[in-house]
Amino acid sequence: MKVAVCIKRVPDMEMRFSLAADRKSLDQAGLKYEMGDFDGYALEVGLQLVEKQGGEVVVISLGPDGVQETLRKGLAMGAVRAVHLRVEEVPFDGMSIAYALSSELKGGDYDLVLFGRVATDTANGAVGPMTAELLNLPCVTSVSQLNIAEGRGTAQRELEGSAETMQFTLPAVLTIDEGIARPRLASLKGIMAAKKKPLEVKPAALGEARLVVESLALPPERPAGRIIGEGADAVPELLRLLQTEAKVL
Amino acid sequence: MASIFAFAESRSGELRRVAFETVAAARQAADASGGGEVHALLIGAPGIAARAEALGQYGADVVTVVEHPALDRYSPEVFAATVARQLKSGSFRAGFFAASAEGRDLAPRVAAKVGVSLASDITGFEIKADSVIAVHPAYTGKVIVKLRLSGTPALLSLRPGAVAPAEQPRTARVDNTAPALDPSSARVVVTDLSARGSAKLDLGEATVVVSGGRGLRAAENFKLVEDLADALGNAAVGATRAVTDDGWRPATDQIGQTGRLVSPDLYIAVGISGAVQHLAGMRTAKTIVAINKDKDAPIFKIADYGIVGDLFEVVLRLTEEIRKARQHR
Repeated sequence: MKVAVCIKRVPDMEMRFSLAADRKSLDQAGLKYEMGDFDGYALEVGLQLVEKQGGEVVVISLGPDGVQETLRKGLAMGAVRAVHLRVEEVPFDGMSIAYALSSELKGGDYDLVLFGRVATDTANGAVGPMTAELLNLPCVTSVSQLNIAEGRGTAQRELEGSAETMQFTLPAVLTIDEGIARPRLASLKGIMAAKKKPLEVKPAALGEARLVVESLALPPERPAGRIIGEGADAVPELLRLLQTEAKVL
Repeated sequence: MASIFAFAESRSGELRRVAFETVAAARQAADASGGGEVHALLIGAPGIAARAEALGQYGADVVTVVEHPALDRYSPEVFAATVARQLKSGSFRAGFFAASAEGRDLAPRVAAKVGVSLASDITGFEIKADSVIAVHPAYTGKVIVKLRLSGTPALLSLRPGAVAPAEQPRTARVDNTAPALDPSSARVVVTDLSARGSAKLDLGEATVVVSGGRGLRAAENFKLVEDLADALGNAAVGATRAVTDDGWRPATDQIGQTGRLVSPDLYIAVGISGAVQHLAGMRTAKTIVAINKDKDAPIFKIADYGIVGDLFEVVLRLTEEIRKARQHR
């Protein structure tokens, strides 16, 4: 089985963000980057599948040169090769990215193409299903349970208050939610081996971006927290504040 | 005058609340761009047409109904093909979807089929002469992105709860048409749809969320949290990652960076210390209440109202007082 996993390099969400002078991008000073949370789950799912059923995992990432670090991490976890689709800046428009990814994936003869459910930074969750459509492949999004056997798959996804079970044929595109597999830590041996694995760099064939960032803003700071009392005796005061000050009851 | 498209989401033969929000948003967009028509699309099993009238209540001028026995459940390919055909058949300025589980799956497929761009999970929008401006919270709510969307139709998926479904009654014209793809040819088929729990409110759609953390000490003590949610009446129950990892609650209840992102009017954190990964999922709540025995817990730094103390005593009292207050109404 040949599996492609599309991974994104995103800022560490625990950071405090500030805006660059143009107010259209983030101030890069002090930002740390890592593999997107859900992309890590997707990669682990891919690795476990080929460990059980044979085959190989290829990791693909679109972005500036920094994504090579994220790709190396994917190689250290067990992918056999990496593809860096090079672009100065990742566009916000999922369609633009999906064009670039689909032109790379086309003809790659992949049985499965995996994405994380959503990128934790831009929070769109659109590139996976868009890429599937451009490739004309079946697609299941937000997969939280998965079984693949004999060219078919069964996946479960969570809806509001219910769960959907879907059957699909391979090749297919899946976006992976948390819950299937916790990403492994790369071993020292894996990290050493990753340095020698092939990492191909090519320009990204982006589509035209018709969704662009106009401006960024930081949400208003929450007022500093306030402790209104101790123990059950504080409950009447809490109720009073919820009713008369916050007006949420 | 531009027409605006709205996808009206239903499940098991009933319209979902987000369907009204989507139609109401389309109505706003149509009125803002000169009073064009709102065209809603409703897909389901035979009988779903009976729901078309309700969409007129929220401002739909035309409701196109697609009925097919195989479409009692969602079918990604059939729905996407049918919506795309509908969008291509008219000259729509914009198309609205809900950023619900179904809408987040459907809207990107439709965008790719029509060859236009999509602004996802938006909380506000403005129709301009040559573009649509959309507001999208990103970076776990830490950055608000204002987007400019050019090209028509501009597709948007609307965060549940972002637009109040205001009534704008009119009598909608109802058209019927067939699915754009034969459901028997679909490569992805929903084989089961099972409800989780009872008629519980969804975390993303509830105006009040009560969440429990490790401070509850055992799975069975979540009863306390559930009782409080019951007393409040309109509340959903969430949990921290520590709790879902331990199997005290299903993974789907997790609020946080890798779980659900919620922004209810009221968020009550019970026995939650406030790890960054959890705060990422609830920091945009309007009012935050925290109950925790450790006065130095990070949750108190963002809680509008904090109570330090034994959560078992505090929550019991709170539940009791809320029940009392409700009875007096």
